[in-house]
Amino acid sequence: MESFLNRYRNITVLLLVIFAQLVLLAVDAKNDQHVRFIRVWTVTVVSPLARLMEGMRTGSFSFVHNYITLHDADAQNRVLKAENDQQKLQIIFLKNELGRAENAKALQIFQQRTPSKTLAASVFSTGINSSRKVLYVDRGSVSGVMREMAVVTPDGIIGKVTAVYPTVSEVLLITDPMFAAGVISGKTHAHGTLKGTGTSLCKVDFVAFEDKVDPGDWFYTSGDDRIFPRGMPVGVVKSIKPGQPYREITLEPSAMAAGSPDDVLIVLEGVHQDIPENPPANQQVYLAPPPPPLAEPAAQTAAAGAAPAPGTPPRPVTGTEADKARALYQKTADSENIVLGGGPTGQDIKRPPDFTKIPVDPRTLPQGRGAVPPAPAPAAPPAKKGTESPSPAKSTAPPVTPDAIRRANQAGGGPGGNGRL
Amino acid sequence: MTYSGGRMLLSSQREGQVSRFNVWVTILVPFLALLFQIYVPLFFRFLSFLEMPLLVVIYLGLMRRNPVSGLLVGAAVGLAQDAWSKNPLGMYGITKTLVGYFAASIGMKLDVDNVLMRFILAFFFYVFHQSFYWVMEHALLSQQSPFDMPGWLGLGVLNALVGAALFHFLDKLRVTAR
Repeated sequence: MESFLNRYRNITVLLLVIFAQLVLLAVDAKNDQHVRFIRVWTVTVVSPLARLMEGMRTGSFSFVHNYITLHDADAQNRVLKAENDQQKLQIIFLKNELGRAENAKALQIFQQRTPSKTLAASVFSTGINSSRKVLYVDRGSVSGVMREMAVVTPDGIIGKVTAVYPTVSEVLLITDPMFAAGVISGKTHAHGTLKGTGTSLCKVDFVAFEDKVDPGDWFYTSGDDRIFPRGMPVGVVKSIKPGQPYREITLEPSAMAAGSPDDVLIVLEGVHQDIPENPPANQQVYLAPPPPPLAEPAAQTAAAGAAPAPGTPPRPVTGTEADKARALYQKTADSENIVLGGGPTGQDIKRPPDFTKIPVDPRTLPQGRGAVPPAPAPAAPPAKKGTESPSPAKSTAPPVTPDAIRRANQAGGGPGGNGRL
Repeated sequence: MTYSGGRMLLSSQREGQVSRFNVWVTILVPFLALLFQIYVPLFFRFLSFLEMPLLVVIYLGLMRRNPVSGLLVGAAVGLAQDAWSKNPLGMYGITKTLVGYFAASIGMKLDVDNVLMRFILAFFFYVFHQSFYWVMEHALLSQQSPFDMPGWLGLGVLNALVGAALFHFLDKLRVTAR
């Protein structure tokens, strides 16, 4: 066997090589893909080497860039830190601007609502002397500012003008020990005197021991000092200590709760207002837009209590009992061709309407001693065009009740056949 | 015995001189021949008739006088030529394998140092190469290429002339051993 292989070694190798190439040729000829085998093999063999070399190249570059050339990192860190600080300052500035814009808007709304004549001013400086709590605003005598004028914000009073210059005014804050103003509690109307303490809190003196004041109660200006108009919020009671003869009440000023304001209002002409029982609401309240006007004029006149147009069926009167009673009286006056409220004092009314014809429901009259017995129901007046309902049940009802009132009562769950005033 | 002896046939294998080449020669020369075959016709179209890889395979087969070595060189050069051309792998490979085998086998019988013998062998193997390639195209790939024997004969003469000159140049690179 060995001699056979040695003898035919050459031809054997030739046949093997040719057979292998024939197989290769057959496979390549059968290949329906458009990528040649030699290319596939080359890519398959070369790709791992290429990836390895690319990884080594990238690694070398990244090593050089990240570890050897790190001398730039310190400078870049300094630049980035400076940029970061700059952006932080910019954010703070923008936040302050936004807060100022919101405060200015609130101030403008308050200025439009308050009946007092006010002048907007910006705070540009605080007092240098730390023993006095003062502000300086950019309005002075040129703008009509005078001493002892009140300075307020929408949240409450800030202080009063103590010195006036042509273009600048000094405002003594309510937290200054020299400040004093008359105040009154919202719930019990207990009078007192607001005084500064030199801290962020104030105190209310001269509140009698008998007056009931609780923590959380609001105090308002009383107007007794002739500086602050009555009804402006001052602050909320923080704590109360018993004392003789007056209590020691500590107050947190509402206008100073968020710190010193940037914009204030100087009250040029104060108008006293009522003392509100409820504390001022800080939250915004949604106010829906007004409803569109009604298309038919009869509806407007009926809603206003006027007589409907001839031929127009009366609309049911809805609303409160007072609205229903007003509609009934208006109807009586209309039936007698009398215009109610036509003149300033009713001087053009020649004769008053006969309201005794208005039917009275006996169930609505007071029962008991002294009560007036119900009068017999008068005969139904002749029907007039446009003033009565065409319902036949109207004539059978004991009191002559307007159909509008009955419908309203039915709609509100009342008895169907009996009208109520 | 000298290279320019008057006889063309050897009385025994011992009369033949086995030429040996350095490894870099056996790699570099076929590689340069392949590059020539690929790029030179792109710039000098009139040189496209030359079949340099075939001439190199013939020369190495003749001079090494080892059929196995000759067929392996022929297979390697042929497959490389297939890889760089648009032919299916194996067309040139099989053809040049046979050429290398037959060249080495004939080299043991003939005096391949004779210039006329080299010319004749180069012509013969060129015609054989073209003919066998045509047969394989028809038999294996079912391609209808023309059987241009006169053209092959003419080109065979030109290639044999170039081959005789090339073989003389390649003789300078061999390491003679007896």
